[in-house]
Amino acid sequence: MSKITRREFMAATGMLAGGLALSSLGVPLGAVQAYAGELSKAERVKMAQTFISTCDFCSVSCGLLISSDAKTKKVINIEGDPEHPINEGALCAKGASIFQESTNNPDRLKKVLYRAPYSTKWETKTWDWALDTIAKRIKAVRDKDFMTTNAKGQVVNRLESIAHIGSSKMDNEECWLVSAMLRSLGLVNIDHQARV
Amino acid sequence: MTNHWIDIRHSDCILIMGSNAAENHPISFKWVTRAKEKGAKLISVDPRFTRTSSKADFYAPLRSGTDIAFLGGMINYILENQKYYRDYLVTHTNAPYLVNEGFGFDDGLFSGYDSASRKYDKATWAMQTDEAGVVKKDASLDDPRCVLQLLRQHYSRYTLELVSSITGTPVEDLRTVYEMFSSTGGPEKAGTIMYALGWTQHTVGTQIIRTMAIIQLLLGNIGVCGGGVNALRGEPNVQGSTDMCVLYHILPGYLRAPWADAPDLKSYIAQVTPKTKEPNSANWWQNYSKYIVSLLKSWYGEAATPENDFCYQHVPKLDTGQNRSIMNFFDDMYAGKIKGFICLAQNPACHVPNANKTRAALAKLDWLVHANIFDNETASFWHGPGVDSKKVKTEVFLLPSAAFMEKDGSLTNSGRWVHWRYKASVPPGDGMPIGDMLYRLVNKLKALYKKEGGAYPAPILDLSWEYGDGKGNLDAMSVAKAVNGYFLKDVSAGGKDFKKGQNVPSFAMLRDDGSTSAGNWLYTGMVTPDGKNLAQRRGKSDPTGLGLYPEWSWCWPVNRRVLYNRASVDAQGQPINPNKPLLTWTGDKWVGDVPDGAWPPLADQEKTMRAFIMKPHGVASIFGPGLAEGPFPEHYEPVEGPLAQNPMSGQRINPVVKLFKDPIDVYAPADPRFPVVCTTYTATEHWCSGAISRWMPWLTEAMPQVYLEMSHELAEQKGIKNGDKVRIASARGQLDAVAMVTVRLRPFKVQGQEVHQVGMTFNYGWRHPKDAGDSANLLTPTVGDANTMAPEYKAFMVSVSKA
Repeated sequence: MSKITRREFMAATGMLAGGLALSSLGVPLGAVQAYAGELSKAERVKMAQTFISTCDFCSVSCGLLISSDAKTKKVINIEGDPEHPINEGALCAKGASIFQESTNNPDRLKKVLYRAPYSTKWETKTWDWALDTIAKRIKAVRDKDFMTTNAKGQVVNRLESIAHIGSSKMDNEECWLVSAMLRSLGLVNIDHQARV
Repeated sequence: MTNHWIDIRHSDCILIMGSNAAENHPISFKWVTRAKEKGAKLISVDPRFTRTSSKADFYAPLRSGTDIAFLGGMINYILENQKYYRDYLVTHTNAPYLVNEGFGFDDGLFSGYDSASRKYDKATWAMQTDEAGVVKKDASLDDPRCVLQLLRQHYSRYTLELVSSITGTPVEDLRTVYEMFSSTGGPEKAGTIMYALGWTQHTVGTQIIRTMAIIQLLLGNIGVCGGGVNALRGEPNVQGSTDMCVLYHILPGYLRAPWADAPDLKSYIAQVTPKTKEPNSANWWQNYSKYIVSLLKSWYGEAATPENDFCYQHVPKLDTGQNRSIMNFFDDMYAGKIKGFICLAQNPACHVPNANKTRAALAKLDWLVHANIFDNETASFWHGPGVDSKKVKTEVFLLPSAAFMEKDGSLTNSGRWVHWRYKASVPPGDGMPIGDMLYRLVNKLKALYKKEGGAYPAPILDLSWEYGDGKGNLDAMSVAKAVNGYFLKDVSAGGKDFKKGQNVPSFAMLRDDGSTSAGNWLYTGMVTPDGKNLAQRRGKSDPTGLGLYPEWSWCWPVNRRVLYNRASVDAQGQPINPNKPLLTWTGDKWVGDVPDGAWPPLADQEKTMRAFIMKPHGVASIFGPGLAEGPFPEHYEPVEGPLAQNPMSGQRINPVVKLFKDPIDVYAPADPRFPVVCTTYTATEHWCSGAISRWMPWLTEAMPQVYLEMSHELAEQKGIKNGDKVRIASARGQLDAVAMVTVRLRPFKVQGQEVHQVGMTFNYGWRHPKDAGDSANLLTPTVGDANTMAPEYKAFMVSVSKA
């Protein structure tokens, strides 16, 4: 461990497994060698794992190091990744605040919420109920309104009465899945942030 | 971006126009600063003196919506002063091509316009060809029908004086900008453009960008280090979500969505595959059939066979030319034609134009499914200002989502670099990644259709959906592999043997016979045949010394960091600028960046291919017949602008733009009730409609409420002081804001008249925090670019008064 540089370590593992979120406590996050040396201090802090990520606001993709508690998985610290060639550790006002997008923000949505027609309040629901109900709603509209042909008699196999707007906040894999799902349902009202 | 963030450091002159990079892409400015430290000049052109302007060597103001006039004047200046790079034009563009004799332009309209349908018949927007179908050319560039001469003729009208009277930019300022930027014409220097939504969000947005692309081609600035046409994309994965084509008109990898007039796969492929008779043109899109068949295999697996057109009929077909983009479907929603709406991590109640219409439309739905990490104005529209919840029928499902740090997956930045992000935390409470919601929902739909049947169940039942981790959750890596693609049988390709199931290493190996599956051909190569995910790479080697970092992450296509990079070398394959050797031909291979094809350089006329491989003829289009308005960009006024007439021609607005007809979509151009030009933008501390950032106390404390920036001159006229509450009204709505009286905005002199302009942030909404104000989109018109339908958020008319 003592001979491996921090960069090599990260390249080898893809993350700083077993590292410490020390920088927020005023301890330099210079090298993994610090890990052993700082163990006595570490007893007073939480055991953390540090993960590689990139910022989630604009499209520069500034590198982030996200440290979370190894047991509770709660985020302890987020800072710019000094090894990242684009941002070289720097972050803007939004990136430097992104800690508040984590579970540390008490306003994060935590429950599935449902608002019934003409109701004045949210109700808490389970995932199973919500996804079962949504699947039934989609199927009911699709089965009723699915268009096999258009006015010219050409085959169209489409559905015009459900619309979707998706997101540039979603990962590539999620975007690909939603693209496949919507086309298979026959949707043509498909759009996302690129246009607006 | 044709180039990438770090590459900006190589530029000799950076034009930032339609962008405020210092405030909206702050870390990109690190690379602007590096360029400046080496002597590069920075130009900022903006209606408002921004923080970008404060760092510029030269700042020029312009009235919102007049960018084509401004840039058209630059084209005229470049041509009249011989600033263009002749060799580049002849080799890499269609400047020498001879245009059809029937093509013409008169009083703001190109040949072929039909005023009844507000559309063009593009038949005359074509090239002259010989008997063999090869385009006729004049390499001397003197023929009056050659593209360069027609370009000269078109932009000779864009004189300094006329441009100045439209844009409000002083003549001397125009001349200075033109001189500074056109100094990058030729082999030694490179100029770049950094633009963003300040260009796309106009009714002429696409044509603004094309005007700049023409300038970059005239100067020889595309395909080289420090050059390019660089869109600074606004959201973290807007590049990736566009690549995956969560869009009505294209399928993953920019494959056109099928139209109803292509009844089978063969006719679809015939429609979409470009053809050329030009020698030495790779015409890369001739491979279209391989990409669509591989995509259909990835969606429908074994059900997709050559006999059934690989399930081509499972894909919904648009009527020919049908447009289903967001303003159109919100128009349908407002008319009660849409029953269900799935809204994932978006906030249309604030970010779609004419928010009063948008919010009323949501109340006409039967149901709304919304997933997000915080509540927002869309999820809670039913208890918004002025809404009686008891009268709103819409059922709402609000699904708590995981934030980016609570899931695995990749995203693609503006420079096309794909980074893998690791799950570092878990969502609060019952929160779930959106990918997991989709995974579960489709499994439930499959079960329902299997059990009950229904309308055309086959696409749902046949959809490949084996993306689980074995514990009921989504495995993002298995999706990444499907997107990359794999061989469906043992094959030999590229001189190597591959086993069935192995990942395809390059899109050059994809097939149209059903032997390969790939969810997005552009991403083929991200996961290697032995399963290594290259988006996870953190290698810092930099063999060219140009900051390409080929072993850091992975970028599409095939890890090529600068697109069209073979335009950076001479006919022998040697770097035209030896100080920035992006590519070099060693006699048998290329070294440097991944070349745009491995063919030898142009001197080898037998084997070479031209640099612009995605264009049918292998050259870039100065004459571009692809867009709706015409092959050369022309200035038109914003749909809502201060002038009753366009000083350039008898066509006031873009002649092919769609105008919405419902009475709620009123437009008020040159209307004395709304005399002030307004534009919208974001603050550094907020993101988009603020649906995330407004819930982050550090950011809200820094930038707490909606404000209107206005000049001292206008403030004095209206009796408004800095900090006063003001009311801004358009023909569609109104809202209150705090007045920020500033020297950053000044009145313009337009057609001899004083025209005032104001600007405001679009980051706010009523839901949170309390008393922060509401959305600027209560004011904006439902109208968009004629090619993209990107709304005209950047130029419309308002009145301003003390509230």
